[in-house]
Amino acid sequence: MNSPAVELRGVRKAFRRRERESGAHWWKREWKDKVALHELDLTVDKGGVTGILGPNGSGKSTLIRILGTLLTPDVGRAFVFGWDVVADALQVRRHVNRVSVEAAFFKELSPWENMVYAARLYGNTGGTRRRVVEILETLGLPRDVIDQPMKQLSRGQQQKVAIARSFLTAPSLLLMDEPTTGLDPRSKKEVQSVLESLRSQREITVLLCTHDMDEAAAMCDRVLMMDGGRVLADGTPGELSTRYDAPSLEDVFMHLTGKRLEAEEMEEVAP
Amino acid sequence: MTVGVRHSEMGALLGFAERQLYVYKRYWVWEVVWLFYSIVSVLSIGFLASGLSAVGGASPGFDLHRAQLYLLIGALLWGYLSLVFMEAAYAIAWERWEGTIEYTFMAPVRRTTHLMGICLFAIAYGLARTFIVLLAAIAIFNLDFSHANIPGALVVLAAAIVPLIGLAILASVLPLLSPQKGEQMSFAVQGFLLLVSGVYYPLSVLPVPLQLAGAISPLTYALDGMRRSLLDGAGVGDELPTVGILVAMGALLIPAGILVFSWAEKRAKRLGLLKRSG
Repeated sequence: MNSPAVELRGVRKAFRRRERESGAHWWKREWKDKVALHELDLTVDKGGVTGILGPNGSGKSTLIRILGTLLTPDVGRAFVFGWDVVADALQVRRHVNRVSVEAAFFKELSPWENMVYAARLYGNTGGTRRRVVEILETLGLPRDVIDQPMKQLSRGQQQKVAIARSFLTAPSLLLMDEPTTGLDPRSKKEVQSVLESLRSQREITVLLCTHDMDEAAAMCDRVLMMDGGRVLADGTPGELSTRYDAPSLEDVFMHLTGKRLEAEEMEEVAP
Repeated sequence: MTVGVRHSEMGALLGFAERQLYVYKRYWVWEVVWLFYSIVSVLSIGFLASGLSAVGGASPGFDLHRAQLYLLIGALLWGYLSLVFMEAAYAIAWERWEGTIEYTFMAPVRRTTHLMGICLFAIAYGLARTFIVLLAAIAIFNLDFSHANIPGALVVLAAAIVPLIGLAILASVLPLLSPQKGEQMSFAVQGFLLLVSGVYYPLSVLPVPLQLAGAISPLTYALDGMRRSLLDGAGVGDELPTVGILVAMGALLIPAGILVFSWAEKRAKRLGLLKRSG
Protein backbone atom coordinates (compact mmCIF):
# COMPACT_ATOMS: atom_id res chain seq x y z
CA MET A 1 0.00 0.00 0.00
CA ASN A 2 1.73 3.19 -1.21
CA SER A 3 -1.23 5.47 -0.50
CA PRO A 4 -1.07 7.88 2.41
CA ALA A 5 -2.75 6.78 5.63
CA VAL A 6 -5.37 9.52 5.29
CA GLU A 7 -6.30 11.70 2.35
CA LEU A 8 -9.17 14.20 2.26
CA ARG A 9 -10.12 16.04 -0.92
CA GLY A 10 -12.51 18.95 -0.46
CA VAL A 11 -14.49 17.27 2.32
CA ARG A 12 -17.42 19.27 3.61
CA LYS A 13 -19.94 18.21 6.22
CA ALA A 14 -22.95 20.10 7.52
CA PHE A 15 -25.82 19.03 9.76
CA ARG A 16 -29.39 20.17 9.23
CA ARG A 17 -31.44 21.26 12.19
CA ARG A 18 -34.84 22.86 12.61
CA GLU A 19 -34.42 26.02 14.61
CA ARG A 20 -36.69 28.81 15.79
CA GLU A 21 -35.59 32.39 15.27
CA SER A 22 -35.45 34.47 18.42
CA GLY A 23 -38.91 36.03 18.91
CA ALA A 24 -40.58 33.89 16.23
CA HIS A 25 -43.80 31.96 16.91
CA TRP A 26 -43.26 28.60 18.58
CA TRP A 27 -44.48 26.70 15.52
CA LYS A 28 -42.32 28.62 13.09
CA ARG A 29 -39.10 26.69 12.75
CA GLU A 30 -36.78 26.66 9.77
CA TRP A 31 -34.18 24.24 8.54
CA LYS A 32 -30.66 25.53 9.02
CA ASP A 33 -27.34 24.07 8.04
CA LYS A 34 -24.56 24.08 10.62
CA VAL A 35 -21.27 23.50 8.89
CA ALA A 36 -18.98 21.19 10.86
CA LEU A 37 -16.24 20.92 8.23
CA HIS A 38 -15.49 23.41 5.43
CA GLU A 39 -13.95 22.04 2.22
CA LEU A 40 -11.04 20.29 3.92
CA ASP A 41 -7.94 19.01 2.10
CA LEU A 42 -5.57 16.95 4.18
CA THR A 43 -2.92 14.28 3.73
CA VAL A 44 -1.47 12.27 6.59
CA ASP A 45 1.42 9.96 5.75
CA LYS A 46 1.82 6.55 7.31
CA GLY A 47 3.33 6.30 10.78
CA GLY A 48 3.63 8.88 13.54
CA VAL A 49 1.12 10.71 15.67
CA THR A 50 -0.83 13.59 14.17
CA GLY A 51 -2.56 15.75 16.74
CA ILE A 52 -5.81 17.52 15.93
CA LEU A 53 -6.28 20.38 18.32
CA GLY A 54 -9.33 22.52 18.69
CA PRO A 55 -12.22 23.40 20.95
CA ASN A 56 -15.60 21.66 20.96
CA GLY A 57 -17.34 22.40 17.68
CA SER A 58 -14.08 22.82 15.76
CA GLY A 59 -14.86 19.79 13.56
CA LYS A 60 -12.29 17.34 14.88
CA SER A 61 -14.81 14.69 16.01
CA THR A 62 -16.65 15.04 12.69
CA LEU A 63 -13.36 14.40 10.90
CA ILE A 64 -12.68 11.33 13.05
CA ARG A 65 -16.21 10.00 12.50
CA ILE A 66 -15.88 10.42 8.71
CA LEU A 67 -12.62 8.46 8.75
CA GLY A 68 -14.29 5.82 10.94
CA THR A 69 -17.08 5.42 8.31
CA LEU A 70 -19.70 6.62 10.82
CA LEU A 71 -20.48 9.75 8.79
CA THR A 72 -20.54 10.39 5.07
CA PRO A 73 -19.18 13.66 3.66
CA ASP A 74 -21.71 15.90 1.89
CA VAL A 75 -19.09 16.94 -0.64
CA GLY A 76 -15.61 15.66 -1.46
CA ARG A 77 -13.97 12.32 -0.82
CA ALA A 78 -12.00 10.80 2.03
CA PHE A 79 -9.57 7.90 1.71
CA VAL A 80 -7.89 5.66 4.26
CA PHE A 81 -4.86 3.82 2.83
CA GLY A 82 -6.36 4.51 -0.59
CA TRP A 83 -9.80 3.08 0.23
CA ASP A 84 -12.76 5.41 -0.14
CA VAL A 85 -14.58 5.70 3.21
CA VAL A 86 -17.98 5.55 1.50
CA ALA A 87 -17.50 3.19 -1.43
CA ASP A 88 -15.04 0.83 0.31
CA ALA A 89 -16.27 1.21 3.89
CA LEU A 90 -15.74 -2.47 4.78
CA GLN A 91 -12.10 -2.35 3.60
CA VAL A 92 -11.52 0.86 5.56
CA ARG A 93 -12.97 -0.67 8.73
CA ARG A 94 -10.54 -3.60 8.49
CA HIS A 95 -7.64 -1.14 8.99
CA VAL A 96 -9.11 1.30 11.50
CA ASN A 97 -9.95 1.29 15.19
CA ARG A 98 -11.05 4.05 17.48
CA VAL A 99 -10.65 4.99 21.13
CA SER A 100 -13.17 7.65 22.08
CA VAL A 101 -13.62 9.92 25.06
CA GLU A 102 -16.30 7.57 26.44
CA ALA A 103 -15.05 4.00 26.50
CA ALA A 104 -17.65 2.16 24.38
CA PHE A 105 -18.18 -1.09 26.24
CA PHE A 106 -20.99 -3.31 27.41
CA LYS A 107 -20.69 -2.11 31.00
CA GLU A 108 -22.10 -5.26 32.59
CA LEU A 109 -19.59 -7.43 30.72
CA SER A 110 -16.00 -7.94 31.82
CA PRO A 111 -12.92 -6.70 29.91
CA TRP A 112 -12.39 -10.31 28.79
CA GLU A 113 -15.95 -10.65 27.41
CA ASN A 114 -15.75 -7.25 25.69
CA MET A 115 -12.38 -8.04 24.18
CA VAL A 116 -13.29 -11.50 22.93
CA TYR A 117 -16.32 -9.87 21.28
CA ALA A 118 -14.03 -7.32 19.60
CA ALA A 119 -11.60 -10.06 18.55
CA ARG A 120 -14.43 -12.03 16.93
CA LEU A 121 -15.68 -8.97 15.04
CA TYR A 122 -12.17 -8.38 13.70
CA GLY A 123 -11.60 -12.07 12.86
CA ASN A 124 -8.73 -12.29 15.29
CA THR A 125 -9.42 -14.97 17.89
CA GLY A 126 -6.38 -17.28 18.01
CA GLY A 127 -4.92 -17.42 21.55
CA THR A 128 -7.09 -14.49 22.59
CA ARG A 129 -7.15 -15.09 26.36
CA ARG A 130 -3.35 -15.22 26.58
CA ARG A 131 -2.98 -12.10 24.44
CA VAL A 132 -5.64 -10.20 26.37
CA VAL A 133 -3.89 -10.99 29.67
CA GLU A 134 -0.54 -9.97 28.17
CA ILE A 135 -1.83 -6.68 26.82
CA LEU A 136 -3.69 -5.77 30.01
CA GLU A 137 -0.64 -6.59 32.13
CA THR A 138 1.51 -4.45 29.84
CA LEU A 139 -0.94 -1.63 30.53
CA GLY A 140 -0.49 -2.13 34.25
CA LEU A 141 -3.95 -3.52 34.95
CA PRO A 142 -4.19 -6.10 37.73
CA ARG A 143 -4.89 -9.64 36.51
CA ASP A 144 -8.12 -9.96 38.55
CA VAL A 145 -9.65 -7.00 36.68
CA ILE A 146 -10.08 -9.08 33.55
CA ASP A 147 -13.21 -10.85 34.78
CA GLN A 148 -14.86 -7.99 36.66
CA PRO A 149 -17.74 -6.04 35.07
CA MET A 150 -16.47 -2.94 33.26
CA LYS A 151 -18.74 -0.73 35.37
CA GLN A 152 -16.63 -1.59 38.43
CA LEU A 153 -13.44 -0.28 36.81
CA SER A 154 -12.24 3.31 37.16
CA ARG A 155 -12.40 5.56 34.08
CA GLY A 156 -8.65 5.34 33.73
CA GLN A 157 -8.80 1.54 33.78
CA GLN A 158 -11.66 1.57 31.25
CA GLN A 159 -9.62 3.76 28.89
CA LYS A 160 -6.67 1.40 29.22
CA VAL A 161 -8.94 -1.52 28.32
CA ALA A 162 -10.19 0.51 25.34
CA ILE A 163 -6.61 1.02 24.16
CA ALA A 164 -5.85 -2.66 24.78
CA ARG A 165 -8.91 -3.59 22.73
CA SER A 166 -7.81 -1.39 19.86
CA PHE A 167 -4.38 -3.02 19.83
CA LEU A 168 -5.90 -6.50 20.02
CA THR A 169 -7.49 -5.82 16.63
CA ALA A 170 -4.11 -4.64 15.21
CA PRO A 171 -5.30 -1.52 13.35
CA SER A 172 -3.06 0.34 10.92
CA LEU A 173 -4.84 3.61 11.70
CA LEU A 174 -5.84 4.39 15.27
CA LEU A 175 -8.33 7.22 15.76
CA MET A 176 -8.05 8.57 19.29
CA ASP A 177 -10.83 11.00 20.09
CA GLU A 178 -9.83 12.72 23.33
CA PRO A 179 -8.77 9.49 25.04
CA THR A 180 -7.45 11.26 28.14
CA THR A 181 -10.21 13.85 28.61
CA GLY A 182 -11.67 13.65 32.11
CA LEU A 183 -8.93 11.42 33.47
CA ASP A 184 -7.04 12.33 36.62
CA PRO A 185 -3.42 13.43 36.02
CA ARG A 186 -1.97 10.06 37.04
CA SER A 187 -4.29 8.06 34.76
CA LYS A 188 -3.64 10.54 31.98
CA LYS A 189 0.12 10.01 32.28
CA GLU A 190 -0.33 6.23 32.39
CA VAL A 191 -2.52 6.21 29.26
CA GLN A 192 -0.01 8.44 27.45
CA SER A 193 2.93 6.22 28.37
CA VAL A 194 0.96 3.13 27.33
CA LEU A 195 0.34 4.69 23.94
CA GLU A 196 4.04 5.57 23.60
CA SER A 197 5.19 2.06 24.49
CA LEU A 198 2.63 0.35 22.26
CA ARG A 199 3.60 2.64 19.35
CA SER A 200 7.17 1.46 19.66
CA GLN A 201 6.04 -2.17 19.27
CA ARG A 202 4.43 -1.86 15.83
CA GLU A 203 4.03 0.59 12.99
CA ILE A 204 0.80 2.46 13.33
CA THR A 205 -0.60 5.81 12.29
CA VAL A 206 -2.35 7.68 15.09
CA LEU A 207 -4.74 10.62 14.78
CA LEU A 208 -5.06 12.11 18.25
CA CYS A 209 -7.83 14.63 18.94
CA THR A 210 -7.21 16.57 22.09
CA HIS A 211 -7.82 19.80 23.98
CA ASP A 212 -4.62 19.26 25.92
CA MET A 213 -1.81 21.32 24.42
CA ASP A 214 0.86 19.79 26.66
CA GLU A 215 -0.24 16.31 25.61
CA ALA A 216 -0.07 17.35 21.95
CA ALA A 217 3.36 18.94 22.35
CA ALA A 218 4.70 15.83 24.09
CA MET A 219 3.21 13.15 21.86
CA CYS A 220 2.58 14.51 18.38
CA ASP A 221 4.95 14.57 15.42
CA ARG A 222 2.59 16.90 13.61
CA VAL A 223 -0.18 19.19 14.83
CA LEU A 224 -3.28 20.51 13.05
CA MET A 225 -5.08 23.36 14.76
CA MET A 226 -8.77 23.55 13.93
CA ASP A 227 -11.49 26.03 14.68
CA GLY A 228 -14.93 26.49 13.16
CA GLY A 229 -14.48 23.52 10.82
CA ARG A 230 -11.25 24.85 9.28
CA VAL A 231 -7.59 23.98 9.68
CA LEU A 232 -5.83 27.14 10.87
CA ALA A 233 -2.30 25.81 11.21
CA ASP A 234 -0.36 22.69 10.31
CA GLY A 235 3.18 21.72 11.30
CA THR A 236 5.35 20.13 13.96
CA PRO A 237 4.96 21.62 17.44
CA GLY A 238 8.40 23.24 17.05
CA GLU A 239 7.59 24.69 13.61
CA LEU A 240 4.34 26.21 14.85
CA SER A 241 6.06 27.81 17.82
CA THR A 242 8.72 29.29 15.58
CA ARG A 243 6.28 30.35 12.85
CA TYR A 244 4.05 32.28 15.25
CA ASP A 245 6.81 33.28 17.66
CA ALA A 246 4.90 31.67 20.51
CA PRO A 247 6.45 29.74 23.40
CA SER A 248 3.67 27.11 23.57
CA LEU A 249 0.92 25.59 21.42
CA GLU A 250 -1.63 27.33 23.63
CA ASP A 251 -0.05 30.65 22.64
CA VAL A 252 -0.11 29.62 18.97
CA PHE A 253 -3.84 28.95 19.26
CA MET A 254 -4.32 32.29 21.02
CA HIS A 255 -2.38 34.02 18.24
CA LEU A 256 -4.53 32.38 15.53
CA THR A 257 -7.98 32.73 17.06
CA GLY A 258 -7.71 35.41 19.70
CA LYS A 259 -9.08 33.02 22.31
CA ARG A 260 -7.71 30.49 24.72
CA LEU A 261 -8.47 26.85 23.90
CA GLU A 262 -9.05 25.78 27.50
CA ALA A 263 -11.64 28.52 27.98
CA GLU A 264 -13.68 27.40 24.99
CA GLU A 265 -16.94 25.80 26.02
CA MET A 266 -18.77 25.93 22.71
CA GLU A 267 -21.41 23.36 21.94
CA GLU A 268 -20.43 20.48 19.66
CA VAL A 269 -21.80 21.13 16.17
CA ALA A 270 -22.37 17.53 15.22
CA PRO A 271 -25.80 16.25 16.34
CA MET B 1 -16.30 -13.69 -0.91
CA THR B 2 -12.96 -15.42 -0.19
CA VAL B 3 -12.59 -18.34 2.23
CA GLY B 4 -10.78 -16.06 4.73
CA VAL B 5 -13.54 -13.46 4.65
CA ARG B 6 -16.23 -16.16 4.96
CA HIS B 7 -14.38 -17.59 7.98
CA SER B 8 -14.12 -14.16 9.57
CA GLU B 9 -17.83 -13.40 8.91
CA MET B 10 -18.73 -16.73 10.53
CA GLY B 11 -16.58 -15.81 13.55
CA ALA B 12 -18.35 -12.46 13.79
CA LEU B 13 -21.77 -14.15 13.50
CA LEU B 14 -20.89 -16.33 16.48
CA GLY B 15 -19.41 -13.28 18.22
CA PHE B 16 -22.75 -11.45 18.13
CA ALA B 17 -24.60 -14.52 19.44
CA GLU B 18 -21.95 -15.10 22.12
CA ARG B 19 -22.08 -11.45 23.20
CA GLN B 20 -25.85 -11.72 23.67
CA LEU B 21 -25.30 -14.84 25.76
CA TYR B 22 -22.83 -12.95 28.01
CA VAL B 23 -25.28 -10.06 28.37
CA TYR B 24 -28.13 -12.40 29.33
CA LYS B 25 -25.92 -14.16 31.85
CA ARG B 26 -25.19 -10.84 33.54
CA TYR B 27 -28.87 -9.86 33.51
CA TRP B 28 -30.06 -13.32 34.61
CA VAL B 29 -32.38 -11.95 37.31
CA TRP B 30 -34.27 -10.01 34.66
CA GLU B 31 -34.53 -13.15 32.58
CA VAL B 32 -36.06 -15.03 35.53
CA VAL B 33 -38.59 -12.22 35.89
CA TRP B 34 -39.44 -12.34 32.17
CA LEU B 35 -39.73 -16.13 32.27
CA PHE B 36 -42.15 -15.86 35.19
CA TYR B 37 -44.13 -13.27 33.23
CA SER B 38 -44.25 -15.54 30.17
CA ILE B 39 -45.46 -18.49 32.24
CA VAL B 40 -48.25 -16.56 33.96
CA SER B 41 -49.32 -14.96 30.66
CA VAL B 42 -49.65 -18.34 28.96
CA LEU B 43 -51.38 -19.90 31.96
CA SER B 44 -53.89 -17.05 32.13
CA ILE B 45 -54.76 -17.67 28.46
CA GLY B 46 -55.26 -21.37 29.27
CA PHE B 47 -57.60 -20.46 32.15
CA LEU B 48 -59.48 -18.13 29.80
CA ALA B 49 -60.75 -21.23 27.95
CA SER B 50 -61.88 -22.76 31.27
CA GLY B 51 -63.56 -19.47 32.14
CA LEU B 52 -65.52 -19.40 28.88
CA SER B 53 -67.50 -22.49 29.84
CA ALA B 54 -67.86 -21.36 33.48
CA VAL B 55 -69.48 -18.02 32.50
CA GLY B 56 -71.79 -19.66 29.94
CA GLY B 57 -69.92 -18.39 26.92
CA ALA B 58 -69.55 -21.87 25.47
CA SER B 59 -72.01 -23.71 23.20
CA PRO B 60 -73.32 -27.20 24.14
CA GLY B 61 -70.71 -28.92 21.96
CA PHE B 62 -67.87 -26.93 23.50
CA ASP B 63 -64.66 -29.00 23.77
CA LEU B 64 -62.72 -27.47 26.65
CA HIS B 65 -59.48 -29.34 25.97
CA ARG B 66 -59.50 -28.39 22.29
CA ALA B 67 -60.26 -24.77 23.13
CA GLN B 68 -57.50 -24.74 25.73
CA LEU B 69 -55.02 -26.24 23.29
CA TYR B 70 -56.12 -23.82 20.54
CA LEU B 71 -55.48 -20.81 22.77
CA LEU B 72 -52.29 -22.21 24.32
CA ILE B 73 -50.77 -22.92 20.89
CA GLY B 74 -51.48 -19.30 20.03
CA ALA B 75 -50.03 -18.03 23.30
CA LEU B 76 -46.90 -20.21 23.14
CA LEU B 77 -46.16 -19.53 19.50
CA TRP B 78 -46.87 -15.84 19.91
CA GLY B 79 -44.55 -15.75 22.96
CA TYR B 80 -41.79 -17.38 20.92
CA LEU B 81 -42.25 -15.36 17.75
CA SER B 82 -42.63 -12.05 19.56
CA LEU B 83 -39.48 -12.74 21.59
CA VAL B 84 -37.43 -13.38 18.45
CA PHE B 85 -39.03 -10.37 16.78
CA MET B 86 -38.29 -8.00 19.65
CA GLU B 87 -34.77 -9.30 20.27
CA ALA B 88 -33.83 -8.55 16.68
CA ALA B 89 -35.82 -5.34 16.64
CA TYR B 90 -33.92 -4.19 19.72
CA ALA B 91 -30.51 -5.00 18.24
CA ILE B 92 -29.87 -1.34 17.44
CA ALA B 93 -31.68 0.13 20.43
CA TRP B 94 -29.61 -2.07 22.74
CA GLU B 95 -26.35 -0.87 21.20
CA ARG B 96 -27.47 2.71 21.71
CA TRP B 97 -28.34 2.14 25.39
CA GLU B 98 -24.97 0.55 26.06
CA GLY B 99 -23.07 3.19 24.08
CA THR B 100 -21.49 0.62 21.76
CA ILE B 101 -23.34 1.52 18.57
CA GLU B 102 -20.40 3.40 17.06
CA TYR B 103 -17.98 0.61 17.90
CA THR B 104 -20.20 -2.08 16.37
CA PHE B 105 -20.90 -0.09 13.21
CA MET B 106 -17.17 0.55 12.77
CA ALA B 107 -16.35 -3.16 12.94
CA PRO B 108 -15.38 -4.80 9.63
CA VAL B 109 -18.49 -6.94 9.50
CA ARG B 110 -21.27 -7.10 6.94
CA ARG B 111 -24.58 -5.83 8.31
CA THR B 112 -26.23 -9.11 7.26
CA THR B 113 -23.80 -10.95 9.54
CA HIS B 114 -24.56 -8.55 12.39
CA LEU B 115 -28.33 -8.96 12.09
CA MET B 116 -28.20 -12.72 11.52
CA GLY B 117 -25.98 -13.13 14.59
CA ILE B 118 -28.56 -11.37 16.73
CA CYS B 119 -31.36 -13.49 15.19
CA LEU B 120 -29.39 -16.70 15.73
CA PHE B 121 -29.18 -16.08 19.46
CA ALA B 122 -32.80 -14.88 19.66
CA ILE B 123 -34.07 -18.06 17.98
CA ALA B 124 -32.07 -20.35 20.28
CA TYR B 125 -33.02 -18.38 23.39
CA GLY B 126 -36.68 -18.13 22.31
CA LEU B 127 -36.89 -21.89 21.78
CA ALA B 128 -35.35 -22.61 25.19
CA ARG B 129 -37.67 -20.22 27.02
CA THR B 130 -40.77 -21.41 25.17
CA PHE B 131 -39.91 -25.02 25.99
CA ILE B 132 -39.89 -24.18 29.72
CA VAL B 133 -43.24 -22.38 29.40
CA LEU B 134 -44.64 -25.37 27.47
CA LEU B 135 -43.59 -27.72 30.29
CA ALA B 136 -45.41 -25.48 32.81
CA ALA B 137 -48.56 -25.46 30.63
CA ILE B 138 -48.49 -29.25 30.22
CA ALA B 139 -48.12 -29.68 33.98
CA ILE B 140 -51.01 -27.34 34.83
CA PHE B 141 -53.54 -28.23 32.09
CA ASN B 142 -52.69 -31.87 31.51
CA LEU B 143 -52.59 -31.19 27.77
CA ASP B 144 -53.49 -34.03 25.43
CA PHE B 145 -51.18 -34.31 22.42
CA SER B 146 -52.41 -37.79 21.44
CA HIS B 147 -53.85 -36.44 18.14
CA ALA B 148 -50.84 -34.26 17.44
CA ASN B 149 -48.32 -34.79 14.69
CA ILE B 150 -45.13 -33.45 16.24
CA PRO B 151 -42.88 -33.69 13.12
CA GLY B 152 -45.49 -31.69 11.16
CA ALA B 153 -45.57 -29.00 13.86
CA LEU B 154 -41.76 -28.84 14.02
CA VAL B 155 -41.47 -28.41 10.25
CA VAL B 156 -43.89 -25.45 10.39
CA LEU B 157 -42.01 -24.00 13.37
CA ALA B 158 -38.72 -24.21 11.49
CA ALA B 159 -40.20 -22.67 8.34
CA ALA B 160 -41.75 -19.84 10.36
CA ILE B 161 -38.29 -18.71 11.41
CA VAL B 162 -37.45 -17.62 7.84
CA PRO B 163 -40.05 -14.85 7.37
CA LEU B 164 -39.76 -13.96 11.05
CA ILE B 165 -36.10 -13.04 10.56
CA GLY B 166 -37.14 -10.78 7.66
CA LEU B 167 -39.82 -9.09 9.76
CA ALA B 168 -37.41 -8.67 12.68
CA ILE B 169 -34.77 -7.04 10.45
CA LEU B 170 -37.43 -4.66 9.12
CA ALA B 171 -38.42 -3.79 12.70
CA SER B 172 -34.78 -3.21 13.71
CA VAL B 173 -34.67 -0.40 11.14
CA LEU B 174 -37.08 1.68 13.22
CA PRO B 175 -34.61 2.68 16.01
CA LEU B 176 -32.14 3.56 13.24
CA LEU B 177 -34.66 5.90 11.61
CA SER B 178 -35.76 7.52 14.84
CA PRO B 179 -33.46 7.16 17.85
CA GLN B 180 -36.10 8.63 20.17
CA LYS B 181 -39.28 6.89 18.96
CA GLY B 182 -38.05 3.83 17.09
CA GLU B 183 -38.34 1.41 20.01
CA GLN B 184 -41.96 2.37 20.70
CA MET B 185 -42.73 1.96 16.99
CA SER B 186 -41.44 -1.62 17.21
CA PHE B 187 -44.04 -2.27 19.93
CA ALA B 188 -46.76 -0.83 17.71
CA VAL B 189 -45.79 -3.14 14.84
CA GLN B 190 -45.73 -6.11 17.21
CA GLY B 191 -49.21 -5.19 18.55
CA PHE B 192 -50.60 -4.96 15.02
CA LEU B 193 -49.23 -8.41 14.16
CA LEU B 194 -50.94 -9.77 17.29
CA LEU B 195 -54.24 -8.24 16.18
CA VAL B 196 -54.29 -9.53 12.61
CA SER B 197 -52.46 -12.87 12.75
CA GLY B 198 -55.13 -15.01 14.41
CA VAL B 199 -53.17 -15.67 17.59
CA TYR B 200 -56.24 -16.15 19.82
CA TYR B 201 -59.11 -16.30 17.31
CA PRO B 202 -59.74 -17.32 13.71
CA LEU B 203 -59.27 -14.56 11.14
CA SER B 204 -62.93 -14.92 10.13
CA VAL B 205 -64.05 -12.93 13.21
CA LEU B 206 -62.10 -9.86 12.02
CA PRO B 207 -63.43 -7.08 9.76
CA VAL B 208 -62.44 -7.63 6.11
CA PRO B 209 -59.60 -5.04 5.99
CA LEU B 210 -57.96 -6.70 9.01
CA GLN B 211 -58.50 -10.13 7.46
CA LEU B 212 -56.61 -8.89 4.39
CA ALA B 213 -53.79 -7.64 6.61
CA GLY B 214 -53.78 -11.03 8.33
CA ALA B 215 -53.49 -12.77 4.98
CA ILE B 216 -50.11 -11.13 4.36
CA SER B 217 -48.78 -11.80 7.89
CA PRO B 218 -46.51 -14.87 7.96
CA LEU B 219 -47.58 -15.51 11.54
CA THR B 220 -51.10 -16.34 10.32
CA TYR B 221 -49.76 -19.27 8.27
CA ALA B 222 -47.41 -20.38 11.04
CA LEU B 223 -50.27 -20.51 13.55
CA ASP B 224 -52.64 -22.25 11.11
CA GLY B 225 -50.03 -24.87 10.36
CA MET B 226 -49.13 -25.49 14.00
CA ARG B 227 -52.79 -25.86 14.95
CA ARG B 228 -53.46 -28.25 12.08
CA SER B 229 -50.59 -30.46 13.20
CA LEU B 230 -51.15 -30.27 16.95
CA LEU B 231 -54.97 -30.36 16.99
CA ASP B 232 -55.81 -32.39 13.88
CA GLY B 233 -52.64 -34.42 13.31
CA ALA B 234 -51.59 -32.93 9.96
CA GLY B 235 -48.28 -34.53 8.92
CA VAL B 236 -45.22 -33.17 7.20
CA GLY B 237 -46.72 -33.85 3.76
CA ASP B 238 -49.91 -31.96 4.63
CA GLU B 239 -47.87 -29.00 5.81
CA LEU B 240 -45.79 -28.63 2.66
CA PRO B 241 -48.03 -25.90 1.15
CA THR B 242 -47.77 -23.90 4.42
CA VAL B 243 -44.02 -24.44 4.51
CA GLY B 244 -43.83 -23.25 0.91
CA ILE B 245 -45.78 -20.07 1.70
CA LEU B 246 -43.62 -19.33 4.76
CA VAL B 247 -40.34 -19.90 2.91
CA ALA B 248 -41.53 -17.80 -0.04
CA MET B 249 -42.50 -14.97 2.32
CA GLY B 250 -39.07 -15.23 3.97
CA ALA B 251 -37.38 -15.17 0.57
CA LEU B 252 -39.05 -11.80 0.00
CA LEU B 253 -38.85 -10.38 3.51
CA ILE B 254 -35.17 -11.11 4.31
CA PRO B 255 -33.69 -9.37 1.22
CA ALA B 256 -36.26 -6.57 1.63
CA GLY B 257 -35.26 -6.18 5.30
CA ILE B 258 -31.57 -6.06 4.45
CA LEU B 259 -32.15 -3.53 1.65
CA VAL B 260 -34.24 -1.27 3.87
CA PHE B 261 -31.68 -1.56 6.67
CA SER B 262 -28.90 -0.65 4.27
CA TRP B 263 -30.84 2.44 3.13
CA ALA B 264 -31.51 3.42 6.79
CA GLU B 265 -27.83 2.99 7.68
CA LYS B 266 -26.79 5.27 4.81
CA ARG B 267 -29.36 7.84 5.95
CA ALA B 268 -28.13 7.62 9.56
CA LYS B 269 -24.55 8.21 8.37
CA ARG B 270 -25.65 11.21 6.35
CA LEU B 271 -27.62 12.76 9.23
CA GLY B 272 -25.17 11.80 11.98
CA LEU B 273 -27.57 9.49 13.85
CA LEU B 274 -25.07 6.71 14.51
CA LYS B 275 -24.16 7.84 17.99
CA ARG B 276 -25.02 6.77 21.48
CA SER B 277 -27.20 9.72 22.42
CA GLY B 278 -29.08 9.70 19.14
